[in-house]
Amino acid sequence: MATFTLNVNGKTQTVDVDGAMPLLWVLRDKLDLKGTKFGCGVAMCGACTVHLDGEVARACVTPVSSVGAKRVTTIEAIGETKTGQAVQKAWLDVDVMQCGYCQAGQVMAATALINKNPKPTDKDIDMAMQGNACRCGTYVRIREAIKTAAGVDTKDTREV
Amino acid sequence: MADGNMTINTSRRFFLLAAGSGLVLAGCVTPADTTDGAPALAAEPAKPAAPVVDMNNFVAISPDGTIRIMAKNPEIGQGIKTMLPMLVAEELDADWSKVVIEQGDADQARYGMQIAGGSFATPQHWVPQRQVGAAARAMLIQAAAARLGKPVEEFTTEPSMVVHAGSNTRIPYGDLVNDAAKLTPPDPASLKMKDPKNYRLIGKSMRNWDSPKIVRGEPIFGIDVKVDGMKYAYFEKGAVFGAKVLSANTDEIKALPGVSDCFVVRAGPPTPSKMGLMDGVAVLADDWWTAKEAAKKLKIQWDEGDVSTQSTSLFDAKAVELAKGAPMANLSKAGDAAAALKGAAKTLEASYAYPFLVHAPLEPMNCTAHAKADGSVEVWAPTQRPGGGIDLIAAALGVDKAKITCRMIRCGGGFGRRLDSDFMVEAAAISKQAGGIPVKLVWTREQDMQHDPYRPGGYHNFKAGLDKDGKLVALTNHFVTFGRPNASGALAMLGNAASPPNEFPAGYVPNHSYDQSMMLGEMPTGPLRAPVSNAVSFVYQSFLDEIAYAAGKDPLAFRLELLATPPAAAPAGANARPGMNAARMADVLRVVAERSNWASRTSLPKGTGMGVAFYFSHQGYFAQVAKVKVDQNGAWRVLKVWSVGDVGSTIINPINAHNQVQGSIVDGISELHQKITFEKGRTVQSNFNDMPLLRMDYAPQIDSHFHISNNSPTGLGEPALPPVLPAVANAIFAATGKRIRTLPIVQADLRWT
Repeated sequence: MATFTLNVNGKTQTVDVDGAMPLLWVLRDKLDLKGTKFGCGVAMCGACTVHLDGEVARACVTPVSSVGAKRVTTIEAIGETKTGQAVQKAWLDVDVMQCGYCQAGQVMAATALINKNPKPTDKDIDMAMQGNACRCGTYVRIREAIKTAAGVDTKDTREV
Repeated sequence: MADGNMTINTSRRFFLLAAGSGLVLAGCVTPADTTDGAPALAAEPAKPAAPVVDMNNFVAISPDGTIRIMAKNPEIGQGIKTMLPMLVAEELDADWSKVVIEQGDADQARYGMQIAGGSFATPQHWVPQRQVGAAARAMLIQAAAARLGKPVEEFTTEPSMVVHAGSNTRIPYGDLVNDAAKLTPPDPASLKMKDPKNYRLIGKSMRNWDSPKIVRGEPIFGIDVKVDGMKYAYFEKGAVFGAKVLSANTDEIKALPGVSDCFVVRAGPPTPSKMGLMDGVAVLADDWWTAKEAAKKLKIQWDEGDVSTQSTSLFDAKAVELAKGAPMANLSKAGDAAAALKGAAKTLEASYAYPFLVHAPLEPMNCTAHAKADGSVEVWAPTQRPGGGIDLIAAALGVDKAKITCRMIRCGGGFGRRLDSDFMVEAAAISKQAGGIPVKLVWTREQDMQHDPYRPGGYHNFKAGLDKDGKLVALTNHFVTFGRPNASGALAMLGNAASPPNEFPAGYVPNHSYDQSMMLGEMPTGPLRAPVSNAVSFVYQSFLDEIAYAAGKDPLAFRLELLATPPAAAPAGANARPGMNAARMADVLRVVAERSNWASRTSLPKGTGMGVAFYFSHQGYFAQVAKVKVDQNGAWRVLKVWSVGDVGSTIINPINAHNQVQGSIVDGISELHQKITFEKGRTVQSNFNDMPLLRMDYAPQIDSHFHISNNSPTGLGEPALPPVLPAVANAIFAATGKRIRTLPIVQADLRWT
């Protein structure tokens, strides 16, 4: 056990845990931030996607000891950013959700994509989002919602 | 429990708050008994019992005009929490902006059957839930009529407003509820429902009720439940199904830092599906990761039993051997198939196989349970079938069912997995054995993959005969499936391992014989979204495609030709499906031909192809065309799928209806890549690395269209899935000349030059 001081959603948080404990479980079970989801535990599904200094990270394989001073942003606070707000609104307008379990991770990945690349193409979306699985298969709508949030033409330009 | 608020309130809040502060509608409602037959839900009675419902509580209107509607069924992503309240609100003529939807607890005496399965909910609730709304509206009108001293016939409604045009009087619902609450609810059968052309909500797209909470990361899923004083539990079961614990180093684990308890849990009463309480070792801690990590140090000696001799390679070999021999049973027949095959101008033979599959909803199995000191049990469960969990808990803990309270929590996907309730009884048993403290059990993904009620694999061995005009005159199938010894020692088929005796084209071809053999299979099996159909559609609709090509006919035209001669009486028998209306199916086929520009398929370059398939399941008629591109290395991608479905007269919530179709198509394409295999009684696959889910870059464009027909509306959770598997496989054949007869599709087999 050791003490770690984290910057989570702009707040300083101190936790006393094993340094190997993944950030996911620190967020969920220690800080009671349950929006970040557990899906696979091995960075294969993306349900646990958070931002570390604005970069996409899979919290399920991020030991808390590796976080250091990096700013941790989770789904609970993504709406405080302009891009995050636009992505959330697009998700609602397009009605992306089925079960919704992966969608926190999808929203986090999409927000990071648009922050880096304000006008993503279909290829950009494929590249950025393929690490985020949706078991319900809402990909058609995730694609549309990303384009809606980015304010680009929502037509699917891939080969038919 | 309250939506989006994990503070636990054990009172029957909905009823109590509503009483005395407005109108609580007690409707006497008996949903129609409609089913898609036993294969859909083997775990259920063949016919779901007509709900034993006398008084339900679905609507509460407050004086401020807020209309609270109780969502009675489990929400797994199918959108039922939004859709059923739409039915109530429509006939109530509610202003949707004043509606608040609340999730009901498990209480079948109050709400009738509560299940997410079989695509039942739409056909079952289409009339009764509207009657609930109509009854509430009638009472509000009656209250207004009494107040104004005018006959009820002179009143109409606008959203949340009773209107008397003659006196130009408009009374908000909220102003009438205290009067209306004193009235006797009308007989539902006496109520006149709206003319569909006057619908204000049904047919309009209503966004998923919980979405705003989901995009904000609010704790609304089962895995998010938090109860004061609870511990987190990890539960280690044997890798071999049904293995028994001989010994375990529980004292050593208990001494590890952060671990609060560790003990052996013994199996409960056996269940037919093998998805009850099994032997295992529980580890408890203040957070789940600590419990899981401590469990890595477990040393458990298992008695693995006979199951450890079973492997997929042995199943495959046995299936070949059985197919060579005489079938064990005939499922259905017409004419003389053997003679017709002998006399046929052309014959073809093909063997098809599909693997076991896992459900893998993205939220791993979990349940929070509290076995209390007073002998009662409370569980918070992401479940598709709370009644099944309550039964298991009652049996394993020896508790009266009446003392078990089940809070139904939003499920992070279901797909049939949460119709089984093993995770519920595990949580309850661990809570009890831990001394009655609340416990949240969470499974790992690996446990989810390795302890699933799998979709059973199966083997189909076909022969077909064509006459000189290319007309199908004979069809035989020797189906090889799995069973387990019943009480008398005979093999009884595993759940959801059937091939229906009336599977198309039985009855549409003059001579057919469907036969069956069984081998021993000890794996737990259960319903996976569109059970039976998700497997059988692939084999039959693919072999029909082979027959069409052998006959030199357009595969879509060939299907229309077969559908043009519907049988006088479809074959019946165990596992028979409800009869398909051939004209409805022909209609959706014709529409999908138009929308996909089917005629263009002959001018596509090599490596690109279009395939078609149709399927009738869960009362829904679906025809789909897939366009697939295969490169010379055999890598393939579905470019686009056109789907046309007939689910009746009304698409209740179009934006969600299309979402279900889109998801079904992606799910079906995923299944073409997936398999579960066994070695020495253990599941080989463990996570999404070896059990892949389709990703963004491989998800096709989708054209989803509904063909409206004059039939009562039916469900959409399942029927759009089955045809996509054969449509894609048939498109691969069109692209490459390579026929897919075994799933999953292996890229190496599809190389071409």
